[in-house]
Amino acid sequence: MPRRTDIESILVIGSGPIVIGQASEFDYSGTQAVRALRKEGYRVILVNSNPATIMTDPELADATYVEPLTPEYLELIVEKERPDAILPTVGGQTALNLALALADRGILDKWSVKLIGANEHAVRLAEDRELFKQAMLEIGAHVPRSGTARSREEAEAIVAKIGLPVVIRPSFTLGGSGGGWARTREEFEANIAFGLSESPVHEVLIEESVEGWKEFELEVMRDTADNVIIICSIENFDAMGVHTGDSITVAPQMTLSDRQYQEMRDEAKAVIRKIGVDTGGSNIQFAVDPVSGRRVVIEMNPRVSRSSALASKATGFPIAKIAALLAVGYLLDEIPNDITKKTPACFEPSLDYVVVKIPRWAFEKFPRADTRLSIQMKSVGEAMAIGRTFAEAMGKAIRSLEIGRDGLDDGRGPMTREELLAGLRVPTWERIFHLRRAFVSGMSLEEIAKHTRIDPWFLDAVRRMVEEEVGLRGRRVEDLTREDLRRAKRLGLSDRSMGRALDCDEAAVREARRRTGVLPVYKTIDTCAAEFEAETPYFYSTYEDENESIRTDRKKIVVLGGGPNRIGQGIEFDYCCVHACYALSEAGFETVMINCNPETVSTDYDTSDRLYFEPLTFEDVSAVLDNERPDGVLVQFGGQTPLKLARSLEAAGYPIMGTSPESIDLAEDRGRFGKLLGRLGLRAPEHAEARTGEEALEAARRIGYPIMVRPSYVLGGRAMAVVFDDAHLTRYMASARESSPEHPVLIDRFLDDAFEYDVDALSDGKDTWIGGIQQHIEEAGIHSGDSFSVLPAWKVGPEQLAEIREATRRLAVALQVRGLMNIQFATQGKTLYVLEVNPRASRTVPFVSKAIGVPMARAAALLAAGRSLASLGLPEERDPVDFFIKAPVFPFKKFPGEDTLLGPEMKSTGEVMAISPRFGDAFAKACAAVGTHLPTEGRAFLTVNPYDKTSLLPIARELADLKFALCATEGTAAALAAAGIPAERVLKVNEGHPNAVEEMRAGRIQLVINTPLGGASHYDEAAIRAAALALGIPCLTTLSASAAAVEGIRALQEERTGVASLQEYHRD
Amino acid sequence: MNGLLVLEDGSAWRGEAIGRPGTRFGEIVFNTAMSGYQEVLTDPSYAGQIVVMTAAHIGNYGVRADEAESADVHVSGFVARDFPERWSGTGGERSLAGYLDEAGVLGLHGLDTRALVKRIRTEGAMRAGISTEFDRPEDLLQKVLSSPGMVGSDLALAVSAPEISVSPASGVEQFHVAAIDYGMKRNIVRLLNAAHCRVTVFPASSTAEAILAARPDGIFLSNGPGDPAALAGPIRQIERLIPERPIFGICLGHQLLGLALGGKTFKLKFGHRGANHPVADVVTGAVAITSQNHGFAVDPDRLPPEIVPTHRNLNDGTLEGFRHATLPILAAQFHPESAPGPRDSYGLFHDFVRSMREAEEGVSRMPAASSPPASSPTHS
Repeated sequence: MPRRTDIESILVIGSGPIVIGQASEFDYSGTQAVRALRKEGYRVILVNSNPATIMTDPELADATYVEPLTPEYLELIVEKERPDAILPTVGGQTALNLALALADRGILDKWSVKLIGANEHAVRLAEDRELFKQAMLEIGAHVPRSGTARSREEAEAIVAKIGLPVVIRPSFTLGGSGGGWARTREEFEANIAFGLSESPVHEVLIEESVEGWKEFELEVMRDTADNVIIICSIENFDAMGVHTGDSITVAPQMTLSDRQYQEMRDEAKAVIRKIGVDTGGSNIQFAVDPVSGRRVVIEMNPRVSRSSALASKATGFPIAKIAALLAVGYLLDEIPNDITKKTPACFEPSLDYVVVKIPRWAFEKFPRADTRLSIQMKSVGEAMAIGRTFAEAMGKAIRSLEIGRDGLDDGRGPMTREELLAGLRVPTWERIFHLRRAFVSGMSLEEIAKHTRIDPWFLDAVRRMVEEEVGLRGRRVEDLTREDLRRAKRLGLSDRSMGRALDCDEAAVREARRRTGVLPVYKTIDTCAAEFEAETPYFYSTYEDENESIRTDRKKIVVLGGGPNRIGQGIEFDYCCVHACYALSEAGFETVMINCNPETVSTDYDTSDRLYFEPLTFEDVSAVLDNERPDGVLVQFGGQTPLKLARSLEAAGYPIMGTSPESIDLAEDRGRFGKLLGRLGLRAPEHAEARTGEEALEAARRIGYPIMVRPSYVLGGRAMAVVFDDAHLTRYMASARESSPEHPVLIDRFLDDAFEYDVDALSDGKDTWIGGIQQHIEEAGIHSGDSFSVLPAWKVGPEQLAEIREATRRLAVALQVRGLMNIQFATQGKTLYVLEVNPRASRTVPFVSKAIGVPMARAAALLAAGRSLASLGLPEERDPVDFFIKAPVFPFKKFPGEDTLLGPEMKSTGEVMAISPRFGDAFAKACAAVGTHLPTEGRAFLTVNPYDKTSLLPIARELADLKFALCATEGTAAALAAAGIPAERVLKVNEGHPNAVEEMRAGRIQLVINTPLGGASHYDEAAIRAAALALGIPCLTTLSASAAAVEGIRALQEERTGVASLQEYHRD
Repeated sequence: MNGLLVLEDGSAWRGEAIGRPGTRFGEIVFNTAMSGYQEVLTDPSYAGQIVVMTAAHIGNYGVRADEAESADVHVSGFVARDFPERWSGTGGERSLAGYLDEAGVLGLHGLDTRALVKRIRTEGAMRAGISTEFDRPEDLLQKVLSSPGMVGSDLALAVSAPEISVSPASGVEQFHVAAIDYGMKRNIVRLLNAAHCRVTVFPASSTAEAILAARPDGIFLSNGPGDPAALAGPIRQIERLIPERPIFGICLGHQLLGLALGGKTFKLKFGHRGANHPVADVVTGAVAITSQNHGFAVDPDRLPPEIVPTHRNLNDGTLEGFRHATLPILAAQFHPESAPGPRDSYGLFHDFVRSMREAEEGVSRMPAASSPPASSPTHS
């Protein structure tokens, strides 16, 4: 069947900011879908609030709306663009929920818009747990026994029937948010309350526990002719009980017999038909009882999912692209397989390798979070690794994580039996390392299987890895034979972990391997297990005989990717890497991408000319470089991951391109950098370095409190803090030395009442081009990644801007920047400070690029490759006319008990961009886009620290002027009263009843302004912030943000907001 | 235990041996199914072949008595990247290594099977030897070159059941099927029984008279190993059965029917073996993912006019099924019985049953009538 001709324009909905449970995989899927649809001649309209995406690049879609993903803004876009259809299946749960909301509000009918990919009925059937269960029973599939509750009473009645333990799953939430196990009465009561409040429809499913069962997923596709194929099977290493996003997963499935697998396959086909997903991809999860073999259907996602991204990368089958083509009417057998070119996409990929995905958590950022893994997803990213065996893939996966582990040995030595048993029984991110410890301690495989519920087949592979590594102990590297080395490498052991076992360094192992010819070869991901010739150069390393990656004689550049997403390093760097590939390909280079993150556009096989899916370690990267012998290696686009390798790669003789690692190091080295600033006549806040507590106290006395402290060489402000006194400093020094022992702690004077700026610029070492100067909306002290910021700067004089520009140019030349550079400045009064210089891609590059309409990363790649700035023909430097606001998104809801107070430690997972010709409207949009809806009326609760009481007055007056009722705690109320602003007194939490939190719960407070005293947060403040978070009440913790919010509220009251596409903003 | 594999082209591959030591010869072929190794091992169609499984790990779920497709292991040798020692906790009864040993089969693992598969893909299926006794490839190659090839091989006669046997229908018997066993997989009989057919299994050497004397309602021609063109005797018997009863042939049975109807067969370069081949119903366009295991095929360009193609392989366009223009005769080159592989095409067995019903009711065949989509869920 040819493509549909009854539709001409299609609105594609993206997934918004990166949050836990919904990450960059939807940039991959949306980008593929938009490209495919546009190639078919449709007019494609895209909406996504996340600027750090390839999909929102203005050249990708016909009209690109960076607008809040709310039904209100979607309606404005629909009204303006009048699309014939909406494709809601490539933007995660966000897009599906929006599509349903549009249907519910009658917007689809009103504007005659069709849903394609999945219809309303199918989405509801798959999403509503009770309907889904009923549908499954109708096709004869088993499901866990369950019931739906909308109140505590209904919940009690269900548990009386099923009995504990149960699982509680709120309806319509992302990544299982708000869900949990209840094994005891206490857990049950706590989880019911939380689950009901988390569900947007106040509904939870209470389900029979299938904890400990084996977990599988099938990626299924269907076309309009009812052809159904299974793209990939995935088996979870961790048994049921751990969210699949938090599980180590393996593809293809390993432990089902063909008969069991075919039964599951048949059931998957029946499920997709019953749910009625007419076209596109779905993900279906199953649990299998390891004892009885009983199989139950757990859930189905009627859309492209995180697992689809994994399955795409694991098989080479581009699920999102094909799903988009199916949605417009193509049949599976009409679409060619991109990889073989000769065979159709209507087939089921066969894998002759094993893929392991391992999640990346960020618990180090949330010290109070519960690190036990359960049904609510907590990981912030993932790495994928490919090997010819499970062991090889597992070894590579672990070292892809960049958590300082090079294998199964965590270096922590033995534990008591009790500790070890707890480590095995309770799933945590460390359990994989406890498995080694258990084997080393002599525990039997059967016993480990009993405690962990991990299938013995997997455990046996782990055992082989452990035995191999432990067997190296006491031997000398010189004595290892070719066979010894090859056997170890084939079991996934890294040079570094072998070196540790052999008591030698990584280089000695590498040397021994080279001497004996034990070198990796590269095999192709070809979808067909070599049955057909593959055209696509998509490779992984393994220790075999034949190398399939034959280097070409083209001029080539290797781009090192960013590795797994984590807080502080995410999609923004992938965006930069992708642009570097595009630019260099266009410039005639062969581009080679190395990365290990399956959720990205950079690991799509058509982003670069050649793709290596490999860990970003020295061992794995240098092996690729040896195979490719490139003309240059780009390390400046992938964030901290490739930078960490820059020095060692350069030392090993590989050609690093662009800004030299020496300059990068210089910028990181406080002492040398301070001298450079001095020479340039620039100023940094007074600072010092300390390796011990005494040195730190000494420095603090010289600089004066408050000070900002952080370990050197980190990204995302890991382990940063503002310190106000000696006691806090002493505590900090003790923990910092644990997290980064080899590096000193940096101490800076903390600039209070200062404004902060982020500058992104391009340079060729002589000329410099400034893309944008963003001003943070909050005062200095909050990590730049966690701050609202605005471009152009809104509260700064022209002299200071000129000074910033001049300083930027001087720094670029001094550091001989070739490519991108990011500088953080602060102004305190009239004084300009240089806070930080990063001669590399920064998190803000995509935001700025979209705001100014110039893809800076592309230009940077060409600069790095040796082009001059003058030759690039960039437009004149100028500020945008409209206001572009960046707002952060936080994962606090996933970590109950964690204080939401912001500081120098970055905690946000993602960001949005909001645009308007008016600041207030842009700010209100930014708030809406991150899910904080500013109120337009009601009662504002004010409680500020003593320093802020004066500055609060104009804000309070404005709020009163906007007809808000004011209430305040005693001190704040007194200050307001003294200034003649009436405010009702509200009790603090410890002052009695009804107190502030109770007022909030009762719906009598719509806005909170709470500036904390700093340092350790007080109990009262934390309780207020926690309540605001739980109740969805906007809570502002700085006065500058409060002032911006007031402008936003004014805009909401007075103006009608509008939408415009990036193409319209940049039309000239 | 070290093992050596030598192909007819002189290439030598070393790995670790499992199973029964010794030296075996056969045609080397590869199979891309990711599960179902036990069904492969026990499928008589693999007689005379050394099978390379492309999946990384083979043996993961052990061996289960009820997942065998015949009483014996038929492969000459078995090769994979890794045969793990330990199997999964669910349902496995014993290890693959032990099973191979008991069956007298030699397995080889630890070698670069992907490179081996690419060699077979480019050079074609060829003779090979696998051994724990030879260390020098030249010596083993000598033996390989003097071993018999697959063209002209009538292995089907060797693996066929020696005696007639009967398998009762499930539930109420509706039809009686005479199944000629050229190396038949158990699941075929199971599915026919499940479709309420009593199945009488006849040896491959049975005459048409003997078969018709059992008064079957329909005749089934099974899968099996070797070169269809070498089975002149069975083909003559099929020619005599064609006008008599509804007939359904699978794989070798499909090829034999093609030959008996005047078509030609040829040897594919490296065959189709796996569980992921897309096959389109040429009338409805519906695509089924099929299980495949064949090295020979019916030439679609030299079909007699009364053979109407019904199924086509979407990967390479080869003929995957046909029917007779006027007689109730159906054939599939792929394996609708799956085992291993997808069960998308169980519907073909129902088509066969329908053809028997129509013959019984005296309904004349409707040449234009096509079978319903093979993947129709109502059949599965």
